[in-house]
Amino acid sequence: MFRIRCPYCGERDQIEFGYGGEAHIARPREPEAISDAQWADYVFMRTNTKGLFAERWVHSAGCRRWFNALRDTATDRFVATYVIGEAPPLPVTQGADDGAPVEEDAEAAADLAGGGRP
Amino acid sequence: MSAQPARLSQNRLSQGGLIDRTQPITFSFDGKRYQGFAGDTLASALLANGVHHVARSFKYHRPRGFMGAGPEDPGALVRIGSDPATMVVNQRATEVELHEGLEAFPQNCWPSLRFDIGVVNDLMHRFLPAGFYYKTFMGPPGSWMFFEPFIRRAAGLGPAPSAPDPARYEHMNRHCEVLVIGSGPAGLAAARQAARSGARVILAEESAACGGRIFAEAEGDALIEGLAPRAWCTRVLEELADHPDVTLLTRTSASGYYAQNWLTLFENCTDHLPPSQAGNLPRHRLWRVRAQQVVLATGAIERPLVFNGNDRPGIMLASAARTWLHRYGVRPGENAVIFANNDDAWRSAFDLHDVGARIAAIIDTRPDPAPAHREAAQARGIPVRLGATIVATRGRRRIRSIDVAAFDAGGVTGKPERIACDLLCVSGGWSPNVALFSQSGGSLRHDEALASFVPDEARQEVVPVGACAGAFSLEEAVSGGREAGRAAAQAAGFVASATDPAAGETRDGAPPYRVAPAWELPSNRPKSRIRAFVDHQNDVTAKDLHLAVREGYGAVEHAKRYTTTGMGTDQGKTVGVNAIGVLSGVLDKPIGEIGVTTFRPPWKPISFGAVAGQHVGALFHPRRTTAMHDWHVANGAVFEIVGDWLRARVYRQPGEDFEAALQRECRAARNAIGVLDASTLGKIDIRGKDARVFLNRIYSNAWMKLEPGRCRYGLMTNEDGMVFDDGVTACLGDDHFHMTTTTGGAARVLAWLEEYHQTEWPDLEVFMTSVTEQWAVASICGPRAPELAADLFDDIDADPERFPFMSHASGHIDGVPARVFRVSFTGEISYEINVPASYGLWLWRTLMERGAPYGITPYGTEGMHLLRAEKGFIIVGQETDGTLTPVDLGMGWAVKKNADFIGKRSLTRSDTARDDRLQLVGLLTADPAFVIPEGSQIIASAREQSPRTPMIGHVTSSYFSPTLGRSIALALVAGGHGRMGERIHVARAGADPVPATITGTDFLAGLKDAS
Repeated sequence: MFRIRCPYCGERDQIEFGYGGEAHIARPREPEAISDAQWADYVFMRTNTKGLFAERWVHSAGCRRWFNALRDTATDRFVATYVIGEAPPLPVTQGADDGAPVEEDAEAAADLAGGGRP
Repeated sequence: MSAQPARLSQNRLSQGGLIDRTQPITFSFDGKRYQGFAGDTLASALLANGVHHVARSFKYHRPRGFMGAGPEDPGALVRIGSDPATMVVNQRATEVELHEGLEAFPQNCWPSLRFDIGVVNDLMHRFLPAGFYYKTFMGPPGSWMFFEPFIRRAAGLGPAPSAPDPARYEHMNRHCEVLVIGSGPAGLAAARQAARSGARVILAEESAACGGRIFAEAEGDALIEGLAPRAWCTRVLEELADHPDVTLLTRTSASGYYAQNWLTLFENCTDHLPPSQAGNLPRHRLWRVRAQQVVLATGAIERPLVFNGNDRPGIMLASAARTWLHRYGVRPGENAVIFANNDDAWRSAFDLHDVGARIAAIIDTRPDPAPAHREAAQARGIPVRLGATIVATRGRRRIRSIDVAAFDAGGVTGKPERIACDLLCVSGGWSPNVALFSQSGGSLRHDEALASFVPDEARQEVVPVGACAGAFSLEEAVSGGREAGRAAAQAAGFVASATDPAAGETRDGAPPYRVAPAWELPSNRPKSRIRAFVDHQNDVTAKDLHLAVREGYGAVEHAKRYTTTGMGTDQGKTVGVNAIGVLSGVLDKPIGEIGVTTFRPPWKPISFGAVAGQHVGALFHPRRTTAMHDWHVANGAVFEIVGDWLRARVYRQPGEDFEAALQRECRAARNAIGVLDASTLGKIDIRGKDARVFLNRIYSNAWMKLEPGRCRYGLMTNEDGMVFDDGVTACLGDDHFHMTTTTGGAARVLAWLEEYHQTEWPDLEVFMTSVTEQWAVASICGPRAPELAADLFDDIDADPERFPFMSHASGHIDGVPARVFRVSFTGEISYEINVPASYGLWLWRTLMERGAPYGITPYGTEGMHLLRAEKGFIIVGQETDGTLTPVDLGMGWAVKKNADFIGKRSLTRSDTARDDRLQLVGLLTADPAFVIPEGSQIIASAREQSPRTPMIGHVTSSYFSPTLGRSIALALVAGGHGRMGERIHVARAGADPVPATITGTDFLAGLKDAS
């Protein structure tokens, strides 16, 4: 059972929160302009990080607001929480795992996808 | 003691221990009555009465006695009580405290403990090797079928209680600065030091009394801070009692250590009391503690030695023998042999000798025990055998004799000598009890000198101290505890001192602990006859571990699972390091490279009651009821649970069965007026200048042109394009919408809207508020509904011409404000009337009263399901299962072409666009009277083919339709939209498939014009 610092309410027990998976995955701005593979990558593929991981939480039984957290998935230590729209306060290695599909034109895809993964 | 002591049983010492000889207690075991004293455990009282054989082992049904004296004991599992509701099984006799009238029984034996049929397993042990289960599963087909009944009966532990548990359990939540686990010298010193700083301290002690091994050892010359250890213990406890912020919990074990220093403590509140004295206490408590700092003073666990014949009753840990002597005043044997690889165990020989037992021999695997010990043995006239091992033992229900022989690395060297005994104290050295440290995420390292694993790096705010940290001397325990307590308090922001200038000397009463590892000891017996147990509960021998390595399961985690080593209810407390030691010998690898298996919660078994706490019965999950609920209850409603709601499923009239009630309700809705309590529908108030844009992105269909006053049905899909909710949303104004969702989906949809608004489109100005509970809803439908509506409304024109389908109006009913939606889920003319929830019951009664002349009939959710199925409307969760797109459901019309929405891109993915996907269709059986069971599989052919007929779909909804006078069904069929009119078959278990024809989903089409 974690204690999580909601950026709006302060420290609360995990029972008040919902989990939202990996953070900083922007929804493509023009879904119709990208390939099936690129769209599938956005919808289905997530990083499985051991170590520092940027993830989304929602204070569902409190202020109902979404925010991001940096958690070490190996130790369950929360390094920081920060509001939506902010960059992670520490660099994270997400999006670099070998399991992600290799995109032929990653830059162009990132453009179309509104930034995609950081 | 002033009172006259009771008569002492044969092995009870006349003084000493934490028992009260003025308070005799009568109890029974296996149907025989015995006497013990207050302060006894079941085990100590049985031993005082000379009872060693109390159980049978799990697999081979070998006689088992008391190996340990505490939670580590693997063998002495008993059942307490015989009431089908309150009996508990697999209780450790070493931890069951005696109380008047206690009834204990052996388990895992039939017909009796003494003559147990299951012992045939033991005779067959060569045919029940490690991995037996896996081999049997993998073996020729049918062999598991053959063996299973035999195995299930023969192997296993006690029976489960057969009646509901009447006991009460509770959860307690606490925060503290310093949590100390264990109250031996180290734990007491830590708790005291932290308490002196003013920090909030919780000290958890597993047994009934604090002190740890202080009360299990002879005091001798030992001193703690200048006092005899027991006097010191008393003084510390007095000091702790004076601190208001110290919580001392006895009979409380730390069962789990989770992330961020969150621990669960399992407290036994009443198991040690006769039922008449339990009062208002819960049976168990689960303390859920968030500690800033944790000090682990969990001590160490002595290991048995692994030698041939090491599992007979009367063979016990050397430390357990001293616990019986000093804590319980029980002499566990008259004629003892001590067998060890370390200096500590020699104390058992001396302590037993000093209370009058004969010591037949001290056998040490080492050539060089502590010189002080050798002198002490000589002074007492105790024979000593060095560099020797036990090669065999004798005695079925209690040890009778041992064979001892010299040995070296090559095996047994000398001629065995037989020594008679009735007690064998064994010790393979001590293993720090690192279970909780390991659970906390801390790493372990192998310590060569201690021949054991000790805590290495901590991952949380936790410090192991004393024996738990591998520091086995009193001096180290007390100084380490003091320092850990001070540091923990300081880390939590309190000022504490580690030193007490007035404190005197701390010293041990015995030579320092030295050990030489001895893992698998040799025997001169033929290999096939050697049975050296590593796990005494699960009956795993060293030979089984050899077999595991030979068969490719040599990695420690594999060997554990293949042989079930350490997987019993004792979680292998006495097993782990020995198993690793044996593996290291077989694999010829240093023990540090073998590694340890993972420690997982709970530290020892805890009751399901404690886990559930108060959350049982009505408190298990909240039940929601509508404003009209009381009326439903009073009028024969049969309820079902939808989401968290109780909804009326059908209203049964006297003498009516379920089906008859259903058909009557549906006929009324088609022919007169039906009324449904629709209050449970999720309702979300959506406002803001961008509300319309937002809805357009959320719903698959178009919302930009919906005029105020109008309603629209909408579908929501996930980003994967799959339908996950639906409902009608009304436009109250350009910036104000009233959304409805499915009953079960209300919370999910609101969370979904919030998520997308906050994380993807924060630039949109839109606000969502749940108003589900604010409105009570009665939906009237049927040909005469407009007449009743006209009667009802003060200021709304109910005429369907002027108040058309898919529009809404606000007005009043007898002055009560109402929002009315002209939407229909049945195909009949409907008015969905929303009033403030406090008027819900009033509205319902008013409808029943004023609707009576029109034949108003309440219908439940089952009728709703049937009526909508006749019309071909889907129910999300009944027709859908998260794998269907709007197109699959035949609702391609609800997919807008000109703008994006959540999930739109997925609809053109190659897989989603396949035309042979499961698609929603109607089914009409050839036999109109046959109602297909829901969930039936659909096949293409009339006969099932061998080996397997391909399934082409399944039935999602199926009813007998009173309107059509025949059965109808909705089904998902591969490529169904292109197979209209095709004949398919519905498979049945044990009967011929039933033919049916694929049709459209609206069974009323052509029958009459809806709404």
